[in-house]
Amino acid sequence: MGAASSTTEEPTVLKRVPHDLAVALNPEELDAHDRRWTPLKVAIWSVISLLGGLSWVMLAVVRGETVNAIWFVFAAICTYLIGYRFYSKFIEKHIVRPDDRRATPAEYKADGKDFAATDRRVLFGHHFAAIAGAGPLVGPVLAAQMGYLPGTIWIIVGVVLAGAVQDYLILHFSMRRGGRSLGQMARDELGVIGGTAALIATLVIMVIIVAILALVVTNALAESPWGVFSVGMTIPIALFMGCYLRFFRPGKITEISIIGFVLLIAAIVGGGMVAGTDWGQTYLLLDKVTIAWGIIIYGFIAAILPVWLLLAPRDYLSTFMKIGTIGMLAVAIVIIRPEINVPAVSGFATTGTGPVVAGTLFPFLFVTIACGALSGFHALIASGTTPKLIQKERQTRFIGYGGMLMESLVAVMALVAALSIDRGIYFAMNASPALTGGTVQGAVAFVNSLGLTGVNLTPSMLTDMATNVGEESIVSRTGGAPTLAVGLSHIMQQLVGGTSMMSFWYHFAIMFEALFILTAVDAGTRVARFMLQDSLGNFFPKFKNTSWRPGAWAATAIMVAAWGAVLLMGVTDPLGGINTLFPLFGIANQLLAAIALAVCMAIVAKRGLFKYLWVVALPLGFAAVVTISASFLKIFSTTPGIGYFAQNRAFSEALSSGETSFGTAPSVLAMEAVVRNTMVQGVLSIVFVVLAIIVILTAIQATVRAYRNQSSATSEDEAVQSQIYAPAGFIMTPPEKVLQAEWDALPVHKKITIEGH
Amino acid sequence: MTLLAGVRKGARGVAWYLKGLLGEDAYEKYVAHHEADAASGAHAAHPLMTEREFWRDQTDRQDQNPQGRCC
Repeated sequence: MGAASSTTEEPTVLKRVPHDLAVALNPEELDAHDRRWTPLKVAIWSVISLLGGLSWVMLAVVRGETVNAIWFVFAAICTYLIGYRFYSKFIEKHIVRPDDRRATPAEYKADGKDFAATDRRVLFGHHFAAIAGAGPLVGPVLAAQMGYLPGTIWIIVGVVLAGAVQDYLILHFSMRRGGRSLGQMARDELGVIGGTAALIATLVIMVIIVAILALVVTNALAESPWGVFSVGMTIPIALFMGCYLRFFRPGKITEISIIGFVLLIAAIVGGGMVAGTDWGQTYLLLDKVTIAWGIIIYGFIAAILPVWLLLAPRDYLSTFMKIGTIGMLAVAIVIIRPEINVPAVSGFATTGTGPVVAGTLFPFLFVTIACGALSGFHALIASGTTPKLIQKERQTRFIGYGGMLMESLVAVMALVAALSIDRGIYFAMNASPALTGGTVQGAVAFVNSLGLTGVNLTPSMLTDMATNVGEESIVSRTGGAPTLAVGLSHIMQQLVGGTSMMSFWYHFAIMFEALFILTAVDAGTRVARFMLQDSLGNFFPKFKNTSWRPGAWAATAIMVAAWGAVLLMGVTDPLGGINTLFPLFGIANQLLAAIALAVCMAIVAKRGLFKYLWVVALPLGFAAVVTISASFLKIFSTTPGIGYFAQNRAFSEALSSGETSFGTAPSVLAMEAVVRNTMVQGVLSIVFVVLAIIVILTAIQATVRAYRNQSSATSEDEAVQSQIYAPAGFIMTPPEKVLQAEWDALPVHKKITIEGH
Repeated sequence: MTLLAGVRKGARGVAWYLKGLLGEDAYEKYVAHHEADAASGAHAAHPLMTEREFWRDQTDRQDQNPQGRCC
């Protein structure tokens, strides 16, 4: 193994191994290439800038009667390209400072299993599949009530300046530390208090996120025999795939995934037939509470079953579906180019009285759309599997920053899909049953009473749409997933199959979302169980042993009970559930982002890069202001629609004055439920915000200490000389091509020079 | 002929990518690593796991080390 350099910066010689081949491009040569502006390069970037500028003008300034969806796609892609080429390069040069002469953990810890250098393009897909789930599909749909512009700007600008920066930095910092987790990095950088607060916050946040994802699925499957059948069938399909891989043909993953996919399509088609039978109507038409209990029981069993039986095979299916469906939607949007008939900014942005999610644009837009713009949960992925698989340091920009840009594009497409359906239908679907009464007449009366210009909902619009998508009713199908499914089927049927195919596309979309929500529920429960066992192990050492069955089952049961309680609370909430709980999901996710960025800030400060601290401080400050002010509004606001405790007081007072119905709660029992739920939600808000403030304060303290001491103490692993080479981005640059050709010319037996352990 | 070759190359590329994405190439990578390890003689060679053993070991390791999926 080559001599390890003793400092983190610039080893003196560019090592050439194994023979006369460089393992990295010369930094000066790289820099020179970046600075050389050939006429072609200038032309390409001019076109990108002009097209991006034009798209933003079409979206933000022109604002005709309608706006074409293609401008959303162009605005997004051009802005991403500019952000990727210029801003992420700037971050790379001044903060990240990757050094391809240093071996990555995949090289110096190589074990052929957990640590294994993976092709950058494959790892990009892998990382994208791990970070993108239901979040970027749900948040933008709910935020569409504020008009198309606020959500679009936040998703696109937010990702370039905040979300992708967080993912990139965490990925790189974790890679430099042998793939250490966010929790471990928080303990290293912020000390015991900050680290412990970060750990507890992560655990509580996971419970909330799993609960609300489960709530989204529950809302999508309630009163839908078709959905229950096709999503239910994913369980036997996954079990079959698991057994096939375990006992029949181990390792044939692509083969079984294709078989599984065919079975999945059959389950969707079969669901349509079953839903029409008396049998389907009798046994599969389930209410929300039954479905919620089903998911809770399923969640417990799935989390204690071995991974090979259920989790791993469903993960393959989910990856397959995810990449396929997102690609399909992108192609469809570009070909169909739907016209969007929604105001740029609606009145709800300023009044805060929107029926979908309560609250004004600031701060609630920024917590409603978390995934897609800035998602703290990614920090857990970017400090998990991905850093252990990276080949070369310079690839973190493509995988971390680029991967998050892709997720953001998914969020933009979800927004477009939600905006493309009729606005009257959108509000009828997303207003809680408390407002619509759950009936077509009630929904029509409610939506038309909102006084939205250009919206004139008729009962036949709702019943026709319900028939087309093969559902009993589409009134008050809250949670975002059904709306997205209607939008997707509306777009896809113009491309394939027409109206008669709408019901297939609708249930395809529901299945697609349910699939990875269930995977997230199962995986989230497992991760939370290990975290809980680790913490409990400090008091009862026996819990540390994760293969001790009673301990594992008890810890799983505690975690399932925790998210199950929140889920049931959301399902039975007289105020509507998703509209009161979703802000909590966004706040939790953004607070996790604030924690991750706080850790990044401390690391950047300890590296002595104060001049560029603003790159991290800017998104951290924004996330902190948004989430802390949103939490404070949820805790202290005197408007019952917004403040949990204000709502609590209003209902308590009504109860004590002997009233038997209040607001949307028709009975004393319902009123008591509101009092209980708002108290739980309020207390959770307080817990989140207190923990986040502790973490941010300890990070500021660490930053200030680093500034005073001017010390360059680092928690990085020691530098090890790299012996392999790979290009950094998706497309090779000319200098990279030259070096790659030299490596390709090397005889095969000389290429494997990786040592490990 | 060149078109056919191009299509074939493209199809091979897609198959390669899909296999990588789903992790089907994990065993090949493990074997390659194992061979390199043995060739360098740096460690007391662990016995090479068969394909069946390897996949069992892989999911069993996931049982002990769960990875979150994002929202």
